Amino acid sequence: MSMDIEILEDDRHHRYVLNMGPQHPSTHGVLRVLLELEGEYAMNLLPVLGYGHRCHEKIAEYKPVKSFMPNTARMDYLGALIYNHGYAQLLEKATGVEVPERAEYIRVITSELNRIQSHLLWYGAYLLDLGAFTPIMYAFDDREHILDILEDVTGSRLTYCYFRVGGVCKDIDDKFVTSTRAFISRLRSRFPMYEDLVNGNVILQNRLNDVGDLNPHTCARYGITGPLLRGTGVGYDLRRAEPYSIYPKFDFEIPTATKGDCMASFLVRFQEMEQSLRIIEQALDGLPEGPVMAAKVPKKLKIPAGDYNSSVEAPRGELSYYLVSDGSDVPYRLKVRTPSYSNLSVIPEMCQGMLLSDVVSAMGALDLVIPEIDR
Amino acid sequence: MKSYFSVLFTGGWSLIVGLKVTLKALFSPIVTCQYPREKLEITPNYRGHIDLVKFDDTGTHKCITCGSCMRDCPSDCIVVDGEKREGVKGKFCTVFTLDFTKCSLCGACVEVCPTKTLDYSNEYELAGTTREEFYYDLLKRVEERE
Repeated sequence: MSMDIEILEDDRHHRYVLNMGPQHPSTHGVLRVLLELEGEYAMNLLPVLGYGHRCHEKIAEYKPVKSFMPNTARMDYLGALIYNHGYAQLLEKATGVEVPERAEYIRVITSELNRIQSHLLWYGAYLLDLGAFTPIMYAFDDREHILDILEDVTGSRLTYCYFRVGGVCKDIDDKFVTSTRAFISRLRSRFPMYEDLVNGNVILQNRLNDVGDLNPHTCARYGITGPLLRGTGVGYDLRRAEPYSIYPKFDFEIPTATKGDCMASFLVRFQEMEQSLRIIEQALDGLPEGPVMAAKVPKKLKIPAGDYNSSVEAPRGELSYYLVSDGSDVPYRLKVRTPSYSNLSVIPEMCQGMLLSDVVSAMGALDLVIPEIDR
Repeated sequence: MKSYFSVLFTGGWSLIVGLKVTLKALFSPIVTCQYPREKLEITPNYRGHIDLVKFDDTGTHKCITCGSCMRDCPSDCIVVDGEKREGVKGKFCTVFTLDFTKCSLCGACVEVCPTKTLDYSNEYELAGTTREEFYYDLLKRVEERE
């Protein structure tokens, strides 16, 4: 009697598919990743998007350009002011509205505070993904100070709608300046503490070093920008590469690392906080007097027919707005290029053959904000 | 073998350094607020839902039913209506409602108001079991206010 055993030529038979998300804590939102596992190794990954899609781009086609400002904050709730900035800049470019200098200074100060806030949240949440619970408490302690400062001037804590076409909607006062200065010295004094608590930790070193390798070539293929790209040694930052607003006036460095792994982008983000503090300090020193809104901003903002583009450096990379206008006050089409979407697309290549626990640390290093991906 | 012990030592030391930080935090003042029992003072610039301002000189709001806020609202959450009345210059406001479920607190209505009769309230403790609880009748609210 012969034994009838089917030989498995295809090793896919040993694999099984695991759904990571859409409710997984380390995806920070509703992102689903299909993992094809072989033992504990992820052999194939497939991100599934669309759970948080709210048709923001389509909404923009149905209402006056000015009315889209609150929507920009809902795309990336961690970099709301920077998204405001990009959109306000786009409309100013299109209509030729001049922004007063004081307003530009306020924009830069609040945007950089927003960037630090975003990095602090990422810092806490990323380490939480990796299993360290304590750092998020320290990071949130600092972050609360920024939220209080920004709440006092913008009126909101997270989804700000503070910038307007032609300036900002409310002037800052002495209280803002003193509390911001106090915060700068506070955060500076906290950096060595973070260094001791987290960055030097042997467990973190072992979990991040040589995990999720990227190189400039891969980054160029996928359109990866932001700290991930700077982690591979390319010092590409829009605040320097295509200077906008009043960034050319400030002296700051673009932190880079060369290795391209998770540790590299981790350190780049950490150093960026210090650079943002430097920018804020210089901006506070040079803050001019004057109005914060342009004198003449038409009530009905008609965009001359044509194509317009505006790019800013968001906490996660390059953010672009592309507007096509047919001459009316409602855009014909508004395309938003969000950094997380491009950064996410590298996952299948970056994480192939990784241990499952390393996938979590590689995905955390991308600093994904899901509403920005789906928008 | 030597590198094994040096890794063990530097690794162990990094953990001790980290524990020192947490130990220090144990004896530092508490930074959290025990929310329902104690409350932080909220900034006057906080943006709650919009409310009609009660002016001291007239004892009521100054809405002239121009409808600018209604037109400028990105989410169409404001309804204003008025009628012509004897002895009142312009229109008399009879309806002013806000659907706060749709409001995104952008502030377009407050900025466009020609008589500055719209302002943000300072209410942040909003919770309800039905949608209807967030449909505010602002005229009624301004009358009830001291």
